[in-house]
Amino acid sequence: MLDAKIPEGPLEQKWPDYKGHCKLVNPANKRKMEIIIIGTGLAGASAAASLGELGYKVKAFCYQDSPRRAHSIAAQGGINAAKNYQNDGDSVFRLFYDTIKGGDYRAREGNVHRLAEVSVNIIDQCVAQGVPFAREYGGLLSNRSFGGTQVQRTFYAAGQTGQQLLIGAYQALERQIALGNVKMYNRHEMLEVVTIDGKARGIIARNLVSGELERHSGYGVLLCSGGYGNVFYLSTNAMGSNVTAAWKAHKKGAFFANPCFTQIHPTCIPVSGEHQSKLTLMSESLRNDGRIWVPKKQNDNRNPKEIPEAERDYYLERRYPAFGNLVPRDVASRAAKERCDAGYGVGTSKQAVYLDYADAIMRYGTIEAGKKNSSTSDTSALIEMGREVVKEKYGNLFDMYEKITGENPYEVPMRIYPAVHYTMGGLWVDYELQTNVPGLYSLGEANFSDHGANRLGASALMQGLADGYFVIPYTIGNYLADEIRNPPTSVDHPAFLAAEKEVSGRINTLMNIKGKTSVETFHKRLGKIMWDKCGMARNAQGLSEAIKEIQQLKKEFWSDVRIPGEVNEMNNELDKAGRVADFIELGELMCLDALQREESCGGHFREEHQTEEGEALRDDANFMYVAAWEYKAEHEWQLHKEELQYDVVKPTQRSYK
Amino acid sequence: MEHYNMNLSLKIWRQKNVKANGAFETYQVKDISSEMSFLEMIDVLNEDLIREGKDPIAFDHDCREGICGSCSMYINGKPHGPWKATTVCQLHMRAFKEGETIVVEPWRANAFPVVKDLVVDRSAFDRIVQAGGYISVNTGNAVDGNAIPIDKDNADKSFAAAACIACGACVAACKNSSAMLFTSAKVSHLALLPQGGPERKTRAINMVAQMDKEGFGACTNIGACEAACPKEIRLTNIARLNAEYLSASLTIDKEN
Repeated sequence: MLDAKIPEGPLEQKWPDYKGHCKLVNPANKRKMEIIIIGTGLAGASAAASLGELGYKVKAFCYQDSPRRAHSIAAQGGINAAKNYQNDGDSVFRLFYDTIKGGDYRAREGNVHRLAEVSVNIIDQCVAQGVPFAREYGGLLSNRSFGGTQVQRTFYAAGQTGQQLLIGAYQALERQIALGNVKMYNRHEMLEVVTIDGKARGIIARNLVSGELERHSGYGVLLCSGGYGNVFYLSTNAMGSNVTAAWKAHKKGAFFANPCFTQIHPTCIPVSGEHQSKLTLMSESLRNDGRIWVPKKQNDNRNPKEIPEAERDYYLERRYPAFGNLVPRDVASRAAKERCDAGYGVGTSKQAVYLDYADAIMRYGTIEAGKKNSSTSDTSALIEMGREVVKEKYGNLFDMYEKITGENPYEVPMRIYPAVHYTMGGLWVDYELQTNVPGLYSLGEANFSDHGANRLGASALMQGLADGYFVIPYTIGNYLADEIRNPPTSVDHPAFLAAEKEVSGRINTLMNIKGKTSVETFHKRLGKIMWDKCGMARNAQGLSEAIKEIQQLKKEFWSDVRIPGEVNEMNNELDKAGRVADFIELGELMCLDALQREESCGGHFREEHQTEEGEALRDDANFMYVAAWEYKAEHEWQLHKEELQYDVVKPTQRSYK
Repeated sequence: MEHYNMNLSLKIWRQKNVKANGAFETYQVKDISSEMSFLEMIDVLNEDLIREGKDPIAFDHDCREGICGSCSMYINGKPHGPWKATTVCQLHMRAFKEGETIVVEPWRANAFPVVKDLVVDRSAFDRIVQAGGYISVNTGNAVDGNAIPIDKDNADKSFAAAACIACGACVAACKNSSAMLFTSAKVSHLALLPQGGPERKTRAINMVAQMDKEGFGACTNIGACEAACPKEIRLTNIARLNAEYLSASLTIDKEN
């Protein structure tokens, strides 16, 4: 049985007590200790900046050409915090409760409560850094709603909140680089964790410009490398987002937890053809004002504007009157799939539903007219004024939709369909964000810890920054305090030499296959297996088939992949090949995990386990645990369980009706 | 929206590495859908090249949503191609017609050396930020977010400047390869907020000094940068930087 090392005591005292009693490292010793950080998204950049400020010697790595390009930058809608600025009943407890319930009772109470506690500090920190959040005319911060909650606790900067938060963290990081506390390695990829006597002591990284391998030692290694949604090939992740750093750690002993918990986001631009390389999200914030519907008649090919109100099915409002269009993502996605599968889908592919702004435009237009004391009933004037308001709130998203689809969403309803967006699963970590390998930590989306089986909107940014700014600066000291007596590890230690040899052997093997099939082709095939059989709905037969198909795909990959170019130069195909090889192995584990979890919960929907109304049916008696997988050998994993204890919240059938 | 397929000629800059000489090579692509993005069209070409045993074209790209700022192609003489306020990754092939020839180059600027093919080194931008593009506040020092009310107009202007994605199109568009639009966007973002006040003078002076040191050219107020900017960063930011710089130069205590 795994121990998450949750502190004793009442829920709201756990974190203050921990902070009051954890071990500290004195400033003189901090200066001597190097810490390696992989990834510079919200979690990595905030951790690198904060640890640099504390005086540690930090080495940060990213595969992009600048730390500011990490994929946190693309987060659109917002960041949650229990500020209760709106006086609408929010509190730390309510944010905690919403997150536990939203995660369908598969997250840890202790972690989630800490997250809710520090959420308020995050907003303060970001404002102090100069993050230009949206404001009201009185100069105070503005809020909006997100799915799965009934309060307005989401802070935002138009549809570019992730960008603004990341730039804040990036600027803090650049400041530490200028001060010499952080050394930045752009265009570098971590390809191995080096462990000595069971502890993480460094990494092997590849310089993606020269192709050279480098050995870096440190007292701790923090993996802040993001999620693995690209295992599905098509997702809202960046093209380079990958599981490689986490997967190498997994193969070196770190447990991988709940890998099958993936988030399918309900509002993305639908696939347009075979050439598609990625999918684009339309922020959940659009569900604040937009209404989702399909025609009441199957295969209705009429222009949406010609379908009268009475012949439209606003199915979320119909099925979930209490939360309406703002149900959590997993619920909204499944409802869209249900309608499309039943033949009500729209657009050429019939794999889409409408997200309609006509009502919102009229509503805002009427409000604007009221402000101007105009009693006009001229519809076109109202529409004109309403569009201006919608443009201010969501303009960049509407523009993006138009560029991609060629349709004007102010005129015609947007077509949307669910797409892979986020992975709740990840490296298993304890309360201190440490994996089961001492000295190896995981932060942000790369770990599994806070979102259970479904993440609520605007909570990923919160978690990434919570981990980096406010959790790791305390918890890592608790480990490093006992390490100060050990001298720094030389990069000429045999463990480093062996790890480097292993990495270069693997690269040479890949290069020498000289097969016929491109990396991209394999990736697409993997994605199709995963989407068809381990996607929004799963069943035992499909998952068993998928495992066999993936094993076969792996054989073909390692005998037929074609990688042009050389090792010692910039070689994007080689970079991709390494990542796809790891995705293939991960895909198998995801199917295995989905197969063993004989229940439905959150984003994990097993067709065999549903209520009469088609909602996810949990099995708390048998599956109220974190599934943490230990890598044993090829195609072989051992399951370790961490029981989840609910002392405060009573798990019930989740209802948004 | 009408969909159509097209055949195109591409003249693309190929350069093995920073030291090698580069040259244009011509490629043909067939049956390109008008629904593809420009980068998906390059993906198609690259798959063809791999099949033929040739080296695919290296280019920077990541989010493909127009926000990370990685993509950087100079298309038919324009940074990011023909569409206004659009990054290459959001440029779609319906911007082109059957039989067209499209010329694709990397950003051209001394401060952005070519790494390979269409990939350039933009680390100079990071160093300009290191020179002062931040507010010096350590984690844990902050007061309550609403303790600092900020006039909405300034907050909105600050946000508009902070929307810069550091892609470098402004530099590529400028005949002097000036980085003034980039630098002024960062200076404006922070100067428009009260939190940025204490370091206002040193920030303007140090960031401009670093910009010059990196080898970017001077600004002659042509405005090509603003026209090319995918995030519509306004030229008024440059005016603000000039004002900040001038006032800082006249009033800063030189002995420090």
